[in-house]
Amino acid sequence: MSMSKSQSRTAEKVEASLKRRYAKEKRFKMLGLTAIGLGLLFVLVLFVSIISNGYTAFVQTHIRLDVTFDADIIDPDGTRDPAVLRRADYRQIIRAPLRELFPEVSGRREKRELYALVSSGAERQLSAMVLDDPSLIGQTRELWLMADDEVDMVVKGHISRENAIANRGERLVAWLEKLEGEERVGSRFNATFFTAGDSREPEQSGIGGAVAGSFYTLIVTLLLSFPIGVAAAVYLEEFAPRNRLTDLIEVNINNLAAVPSIVFGLLGLAMFINVFGMPRSAPLVGGLVLTLMTLPTIIIAARAALKSVPPSIREAALGVGASKMQTIMHHVLPLAMPGMLTGAIIGMAQALGETAPLLMIGMVAFIVDIPGGPLDPATVLPVQIYLWADSPERAFVERTSAAIMVLLAFLITMNALAVILRRKFERRW
Amino acid sequence: MQTYMIVIVLLAFMAFVYQVGKRRALHTAGGPKAIRELHSLPSYYGFYVMLWAALPSLLVLLLWGLFQESVLTQLVISALPQEMQALSKAELGLIINDVRNLASGDIVSQEPDANIRAAAAHLQSLQSTADLAKAVVILALSVAAAILAWRSIAPRMRARNRVEWIIQSLLIISASVAILTTIGIVMSVLFESLRFFQKVPFSDFLFGLEWSPQTALRADQVGATGAFGAIPLLVGTLLISFIALVVAVPIGLMSAIYLSEYATPHLRSIAKPVIEVLAGIPTVVYGFFAALTVAPAVRGFGESFGLDVSSESALAAGLVMGVMIIPFVSSLSDDVINAVPQAMRDASFALGATHSETVRQVILPAALPGIMGGVLLAASRAIGETMIVVMAAGLSANLTVNPLEAVTTVTVQIVTLLVGDQEFDSAKTLAAFALGLMLFTITLALNVLALHIVRKYREQYE
Repeated sequence: MSMSKSQSRTAEKVEASLKRRYAKEKRFKMLGLTAIGLGLLFVLVLFVSIISNGYTAFVQTHIRLDVTFDADIIDPDGTRDPAVLRRADYRQIIRAPLRELFPEVSGRREKRELYALVSSGAERQLSAMVLDDPSLIGQTRELWLMADDEVDMVVKGHISRENAIANRGERLVAWLEKLEGEERVGSRFNATFFTAGDSREPEQSGIGGAVAGSFYTLIVTLLLSFPIGVAAAVYLEEFAPRNRLTDLIEVNINNLAAVPSIVFGLLGLAMFINVFGMPRSAPLVGGLVLTLMTLPTIIIAARAALKSVPPSIREAALGVGASKMQTIMHHVLPLAMPGMLTGAIIGMAQALGETAPLLMIGMVAFIVDIPGGPLDPATVLPVQIYLWADSPERAFVERTSAAIMVLLAFLITMNALAVILRRKFERRW
Repeated sequence: MQTYMIVIVLLAFMAFVYQVGKRRALHTAGGPKAIRELHSLPSYYGFYVMLWAALPSLLVLLLWGLFQESVLTQLVISALPQEMQALSKAELGLIINDVRNLASGDIVSQEPDANIRAAAAHLQSLQSTADLAKAVVILALSVAAAILAWRSIAPRMRARNRVEWIIQSLLIISASVAILTTIGIVMSVLFESLRFFQKVPFSDFLFGLEWSPQTALRADQVGATGAFGAIPLLVGTLLISFIALVVAVPIGLMSAIYLSEYATPHLRSIAKPVIEVLAGIPTVVYGFFAALTVAPAVRGFGESFGLDVSSESALAAGLVMGVMIIPFVSSLSDDVINAVPQAMRDASFALGATHSETVRQVILPAALPGIMGGVLLAASRAIGETMIVVMAAGLSANLTVNPLEAVTTVTVQIVTLLVGDQEFDSAKTLAAFALGLMLFTITLALNVLALHIVRKYREQYE
């Protein structure tokens, strides 16, 4: 009697609490969904923010002018000597058609502003054209010349016309509108962005130098870290006896994997540059630092790959009389290679995106020239992004975002390659 | 250029001696028919000679490359006139720089005088002598070693064992690079830090409440004595890391729970990689995002409530850093939650618990040590993170815990102190290494603690 009473009371209690408990369950589930939604949202916001800021950098505003290659200015003596052609005053050649288009402009300041519509990079463009083909001298050509970054920003709408008027007065916008009315303003693919080195002028700056620097740095990193990492993994996985030294190495590898990257920069500065007197800003030193940084990643991946090769392979090789070294070199290593390569690619992707240690060893300098080897002063793509992000010009915001897009494209390609490699060569034994 | 040439010649020579060694092995045994007389396969004799031709000379090449520059500089300095040698270290450095630039045909800072011209000519001649000597010494060493190895070839020689011994030694050396790196890190931060603590007392650094590393250029300058108290930096670092964890731990943990307990395989296969994309994005990208998008947004949001938010607020940097470490927390928690045995879930369900009750009362307590380990690893990642704070946090060392104000961090100060030209005897530069030592110690301690917790936990279910 009392039994069933208490039973029914418990059942009632449970019954009564069910609604509350289910509601709680629902809330908990929603919370989890919200967390995932937030995670996905962050990815989305990040990419949208970068892409919406950066996609316009792949085109550059140009201004169409009828340029006369005046022989009196370029080569008054008619020698056609390349040295003379290179030194000629191309500024005047660009200014003449501008004056023709806007005859009403007078006064020094106003004129200077007018001339500033065209980038100073256009002079180099003309100089290169003349050097390439001296017969141009004396002719008149209709040319698209690179516009100044401010004009570029106004045309692309990053600086609104009202703001431009507020900052620079009405003239700039009025001139621009007249040029647009005559269809003299146009956008063209921005090849400079991919080929040029760094520059103080946004419209003339590019990631060419930084990409070359990243390339040399990564080559050094790959050449050092892959062989050393694989060798270390082979030793630890296949040969190492269980002793103090092995334990020490394992502890060290695990700890190095978690040391902040900037500490590796301190190591590079104190050891490679101060003690060994290696050159500052060189991809060689950058590569060395990144090698030390990526080694743990590569070793851990390589060990996992070696572990996944089944013992039967080793036993079979040993059984037919191979030595231990032959077993490993001829059978285990080739089978583990795809996994090791995957690890190496992931390590390289990590190295490609790394910035902080390279700031320490002077790869943060302003370098215009495109490096030609691992000993030339250079900067790398992430450091270039950092440098541009610090620049005040509005046009650099667009270029920074575009450089980030290029960097992310490289990283996505590398990671996709790693995934494909893994899918293609992954074996279930 | 020259080094490349030497390496190419060396490679060609290695290929050549490999063939020669192989031939000689067969020849000494008495022709291809008598191959049974050999202890090892002929190729091992080739490898043996090749390794001897390569390894000693490559080692010398490496050492030469490391020390040529400093030896030559010493020689040039000792050849300079007495009064120039007596100059201070910094001035001498400038002169040497000029000499080097002049010798390599670059621009020099001032019109060179006769002494510098002479020194440059001296350096040039030394360089060409050294380059020539390098080529001769290395190639001669390679040839000599190869000949010695070649002469030792005999049918009874255990070539395979020797080659394998050499290879195994190389493997051990490669594995020791990890130890060498750790030693290198500790030595480089420790030595410079010790020099720093000779100038600034250890207690001032560790407990000082003021940080302004600008030391006076002149002795009589006012108010620029420099203060090296690390507490404001430490507080700033911890504040930003704390904000990051407040963002990352709930989101990361909840998404891990949802993905491993509730999500359909389809959702899991999409959401997990997408969230892990966050871990692969370079930190400089986060820094740019924080400075360009998040900081103004936080500022605008705060102002709409009438709050005064600094444009380099700790909040903005912390939020973005939190987003960065979400995948660390979520993938580590995911692993731990998946490691909880299914039997525990089943038992809880059988008692009538709802799924969320199971998660909260059974799975989370069981997984807690692992989750704690993951959170500690994420914290160490946040403390050592550099680019986000360099780009989005401030430079001035405010001792505050108000997330709306600008604070600075240990890593920001290291970067600020070391980027650009430095002289290696000022307290300002050395302070960066002391901060580096502090950073290394803190992150190491956190990692050791985290690994310890994770390892202890693992033993429970195995």
